[in-house]
Amino acid sequence: MDNAENLIALLVAAPLLGAAVLLVGGRRLDRTGHWIGTALAAVSFVVAVVLFADMLGRPGDDRTLYQHLFSWIPVGGFQADIAFQLDQLSMTFVLLITGVGSLIHLYSVGYMEHDERRRRFFGYLNLFLAAMLLLVLADNYLLLYVGWEGVGLASYLLIGFWQHKPSAATAAKKAFLVNRVGDMGLSIAIMLMFTTFGTFAFGPVLGATGETSEGTLTALGLLLLLAACGKSAQVPLQSWLGDAMEGPTPVSALIHAATMVTAGVYLITRSGAIFNAAPDAQLAVVTVGAVTLLFGAIVGCAKDDIKKALAGSTMSQIGYMILAAGLGPIGYAFAIMHLVTHGFFKAGLFLGAGSVMHGMNDEVDMRKYGGLRKYMPITFVTFGLGYLAIIGFPGLSGFFSKDKIIEAAFAKGGTEGWILGGAALLGAAITAFYMTRVMLMTFFGEKRWQPDDKGELPHPHESPRTMTIPMIVLAFGSVFAGGLFSWHESFVKWLEPVTSFEHGHSPLSAATVTTATVAVMVLGVALAYLQYGRRPVPVTPPRGSLLTRAARRDLLQDDFNHVVLVRGGEHLTRSLVYVDHSLVDGVVNGTAASFGGLSGRLRKLQNGYARTYAVTMFGGTAVLIAATLLMRAV
Amino acid sequence: MNPVNYLYLAALLFTIGAAGVLIRRNAIVVFMCIELMLNACNLALVAFSRMHGNLDGQIIAFFTMVVAAAEVVVGLAIIVSLFRSRHSASVDDASLMKL
Repeated sequence: MDNAENLIALLVAAPLLGAAVLLVGGRRLDRTGHWIGTALAAVSFVVAVVLFADMLGRPGDDRTLYQHLFSWIPVGGFQADIAFQLDQLSMTFVLLITGVGSLIHLYSVGYMEHDERRRRFFGYLNLFLAAMLLLVLADNYLLLYVGWEGVGLASYLLIGFWQHKPSAATAAKKAFLVNRVGDMGLSIAIMLMFTTFGTFAFGPVLGATGETSEGTLTALGLLLLLAACGKSAQVPLQSWLGDAMEGPTPVSALIHAATMVTAGVYLITRSGAIFNAAPDAQLAVVTVGAVTLLFGAIVGCAKDDIKKALAGSTMSQIGYMILAAGLGPIGYAFAIMHLVTHGFFKAGLFLGAGSVMHGMNDEVDMRKYGGLRKYMPITFVTFGLGYLAIIGFPGLSGFFSKDKIIEAAFAKGGTEGWILGGAALLGAAITAFYMTRVMLMTFFGEKRWQPDDKGELPHPHESPRTMTIPMIVLAFGSVFAGGLFSWHESFVKWLEPVTSFEHGHSPLSAATVTTATVAVMVLGVALAYLQYGRRPVPVTPPRGSLLTRAARRDLLQDDFNHVVLVRGGEHLTRSLVYVDHSLVDGVVNGTAASFGGLSGRLRKLQNGYARTYAVTMFGGTAVLIAATLLMRAV
Repeated sequence: MNPVNYLYLAALLFTIGAAGVLIRRNAIVVFMCIELMLNACNLALVAFSRMHGNLDGQIIAFFTMVVAAAEVVVGLAIIVSLFRSRHSASVDDASLMKL
């Protein structure tokens, strides 16, 4: 097909149009709005498929398409363009975003059926799609930043969608504020890029890393990592993701599991040339990834709220991706591969969780579920397949992608390789544990259903078809995507022209790593079965060990932030105010007071008596004359 | 010609005038004492003029008299209006110009 690049803008334009129509259109669209939103998301997906087919028709090195729409800010040496770049990496994201996005639009039609603000919800979802597509299609960092802020805004609006709940409003604000810290990193990185390279287009910036000092590249890498930490909920900016689950479940599935939170991985992979030339920054990236994958997994083990358990899991899985992206050319392809498979199974798991909540009067506490497999068979099967995929059951998606990441981590070499590989293996064991726990507490065991606020026991039922169809499609993805991608390394070959690829040389053979991964997975499942399958689950959570209690509180992340940042900030401002009051104001007020006192004394001379003035004059004259005479005598 | 005696007289008149300005409260008397001081100066000027044999000092004395006459016109008008409003010609009573 000729001129395929002209279609790129349509990818962004369709959902953007949807957002504009739905948000401006007002109440008259209340009855049709959700279908308009879904249709425009689907249009975007169809265009993506057409472009994908077109891309496959060309040889590997000739697959990148460019579309220059217009000059945005042309000022002297400062040239900002609205221009798109569609290469294999962007294509992967576009297919994931529009595909999963369309499915979740469809799901939301059923899920939000009884919400009177459904039209607005779809407007926000479309806005999110447009911003996310802009983020991955931009051909320069400045336009990427526009998308980056756009998804942040959409995320804020959607987390706080039920703004009448104070917890949702607070969670939205928290997500926005924590994200700002990361965004600051990205904006400074873009400024640094402009001063260093004179431009922020991907081509010139990433092509010029050879002639740039390593110090600058390390600084750039660390700033980009900060940005990635904010958006992808990595330690130390992870605290917002758990609270973000206050948003409607489709939002958690689309934004806080499948797409937006993976933007950090995209940023690092896209800026691969910078990280490849800055080993210190890479070390920081793998450290963040390894710490987060364990952090999220531990939090996931202790949460009783099904969505928060899944949020911990998301954090942990993105930790895997960040870890892989930090490994350099041996890991980029696997990071993106895990990202796509994770997009399928985690979105499926969240939609399953939403379906369960739908049937259980919006109860989120897993301790009040139990025995649901008979009542919600489709949800049970799709959730189960997602579960098998995420724990890395051999043959399913998660197995292929996670196994490759663990292998690449060992291939980092030296002590680092052993530590990272060990952390990744440990993470795999904990993943198996907490996901089995979620599975057992929700679908197995005896019924622990509790009456809701109105005193009614829930009547779990299968969800409507608009909700189950997306879950089924995603379950197919969870099962087959990994195998498809690994077939003759097709995914790695597909991405190789963009991210470059090297085979890692692991001290352990691939078979050993695979065996170890499966072994720790079985161990995790067995432990969870002993804990939650063999014994009845208490409805009120037991007190638990010190670690459990800490993990229930997100490993004290909020307490840490409160003590170090909030209290620290308060103390800092208080001491600054004290210095201002005592020192700065002291000097100013002291000067004023001393002059005031002096003048108070001086003004006593002005007593109004003409004769006193006359005496002064005589005295003064006498002194002057005496002085003159004296001087003359000398 | 020896001006010493004239200067003694001028100094004496000036001192009397100055003491009067400082000591007396009645505005009219204070005013007369000021005139006395002015005329003491005039006397000194005329005496020096005579000593040097030119007219400069005498001309300055004329100027002084003209200025003194103008001052008397303004000063007496002020004193009269002061007396009308306060029924007193004491300079100490008019001590409102202060903080």
